[in-house]
Amino acid sequence: MAIPAWARSVVWGAGAAAVLLAVLALARPGMLDGRAAALLAVWVLAWAVNARLAAAARGRIARALVAVLFGATLLALWEMAVRLYAVPPVILPAPTDVARAFAASTPILWADFVQTFLKGALSGYAIGCAAAFATAVAVDRSPFLQRGLLPVGNFVAALPIVGIAPILVMWFGFDWQSKAAVVVVMVFFPMLVNCVEGLKATDAMQRDLMATYSASYWQSLLKLRIPAAMPFIFNGLKIATTLALIGAIVAEFFGSPVVGMGFRISTEVGKLRLDMVWAEIAVAALAGSAFYGLVAVLEKGVTFWHPSQRGR
Amino acid sequence: MRAAVPVLTVVAAILALWYVAAVGLNAQWTRDQAARAGVEVGWSGIARDAMVQERPRLPAPHQVAAEFWRLTWGEEVEGRRGIVNTGSLSNRSLIYHGWVTLSATALGFLFGAGFGILLAIGIVWNRATDMSVMPWAIASQTVPIVAIAPMIIVVLNSVGISGLVPKAIIAAYLSFFPVVVGMVKGLRSPDAMQIDLLRTWNASGLQGLWKLRLPASMPYLFASLKVGIAASLVGTIVAELPLGGAGLGTRLLAGSYYGQTIQIWATLIAAAILASVMVGTVGVVQRATLRRTGFR
Repeated sequence: MAIPAWARSVVWGAGAAAVLLAVLALARPGMLDGRAAALLAVWVLAWAVNARLAAAARGRIARALVAVLFGATLLALWEMAVRLYAVPPVILPAPTDVARAFAASTPILWADFVQTFLKGALSGYAIGCAAAFATAVAVDRSPFLQRGLLPVGNFVAALPIVGIAPILVMWFGFDWQSKAAVVVVMVFFPMLVNCVEGLKATDAMQRDLMATYSASYWQSLLKLRIPAAMPFIFNGLKIATTLALIGAIVAEFFGSPVVGMGFRISTEVGKLRLDMVWAEIAVAALAGSAFYGLVAVLEKGVTFWHPSQRGR
Repeated sequence: MRAAVPVLTVVAAILALWYVAAVGLNAQWTRDQAARAGVEVGWSGIARDAMVQERPRLPAPHQVAAEFWRLTWGEEVEGRRGIVNTGSLSNRSLIYHGWVTLSATALGFLFGAGFGILLAIGIVWNRATDMSVMPWAIASQTVPIVAIAPMIIVVLNSVGISGLVPKAIIAAYLSFFPVVVGMVKGLRSPDAMQIDLLRTWNASGLQGLWKLRLPASMPYLFASLKVGIAASLVGTIVAELPLGGAGLGTRLLAGSYYGQTIQIWATLIAAAILASVMVGTVGVVQRATLRRTGFR
């Protein structure tokens, strides 16, 4: 059998796209014509290049290239689809329109970013995570409280806490303080559960060693148990990054000053200026990934000894 | 039942804190009223008043419980438009709004999880798909999609897609990526020994998928299903904010517009019950499935 793996992969990619087009055509029968064929051709061509690259790829740069190429293909298809089918910009603007709006209104976007991310999300994130860590250390000495708090924390962490936003906006006013308060409540429980789990992560042998050194409670906490808890703590910190941004933006839908990402999104939707909305979404996406990336880099530095970080 | 006593203690402590906070937060209003009437009011008067205010800053737990009861049992059984008297759910009851939210969430979750599992199989089976899609699937976890849900709803509404479907799209999207990431991890969890064993039996790729990889992925799948269904519910509730009409999210916004704090808290309780029922259902299916696949 001389069919190379990448050729099978091309067939798979083309087949998946054809199925997707067929499903779309069921919804809108007038869609299947030369324009759909053009889109399909671009997709299959790009996918074939990707499949060849993936089959030959060795090393990190080649892997990154495949992913970037895939993302670029999706953007190109989006642009082509909008232009070919003449989709009105009030429904879906083309990526180039979004980029133009982004470039034209950077001062507004920056002001929104400062209001929502730096003031609302970041301060709430810091307060909430610090409070959760302090609570975990305080509870740590009482196994009774731990047994009670862990199930409650796990339960609360699965609840739609974002719903508390209208209440906190009533309490703390429209400015960033209420957004920070929402973020504090949202990040607290996931963080608490992870910290409590992390402080339990040492085994008896390690604790015995500290005891033979005659280490005090605080010494063994600082030198053994908190370092050992770091992988768990960073897991909580990473989950909390996304929650913080979500909380800060959603809280703005319940009332905000005339600046902020959530405020901008809701007012620009009202004005049907969707290119601006997408630019704001791009800011949120960039801020979210950058924040997460920053915490991940910190994690790599702090927990270099952990098996999940070694040998990469 | 070793956990029952500590958990109940913590819950009782939270309720006690709640009562104290209710007295503290509602005191100002009572003092203002008393000052306007020209009478002195002591802490006992403030505490008594904090329990019965009509629009408190923080309603006491028993007020919330009473409101919740009124908006569910009371509305349906004794109300003029309840299910007992007219045969259909009253549009003022939380059962009706919870049902609207639940149906959108469940529909979206089923689609999102289904497509997520299919894509995960594609990713494990095909190297090009893996290298193209996986980095984006992981990166998409860091993007606050929920926050833009209302806007997607408004846009879909303007194209003429309204009702259940737009909310279900959001819910599907939110459960999609956690399921993809968890399922890929699960499908790759069999170790080299197990895969080699299947090879010595000359098993085909499909047999390997069906008899080894899918059963092995079940613990991972259910862990991510729980994350996904919770995310779907949050997405649906946030998506309902701009809509008007029905749903728990709409009730939250209405309550915040009219300052009906007790109603907001009752709605939050309904959302919490809904979330725990859904996560609990996944948990029950998980236990049954894991027992059949021999994990426990």
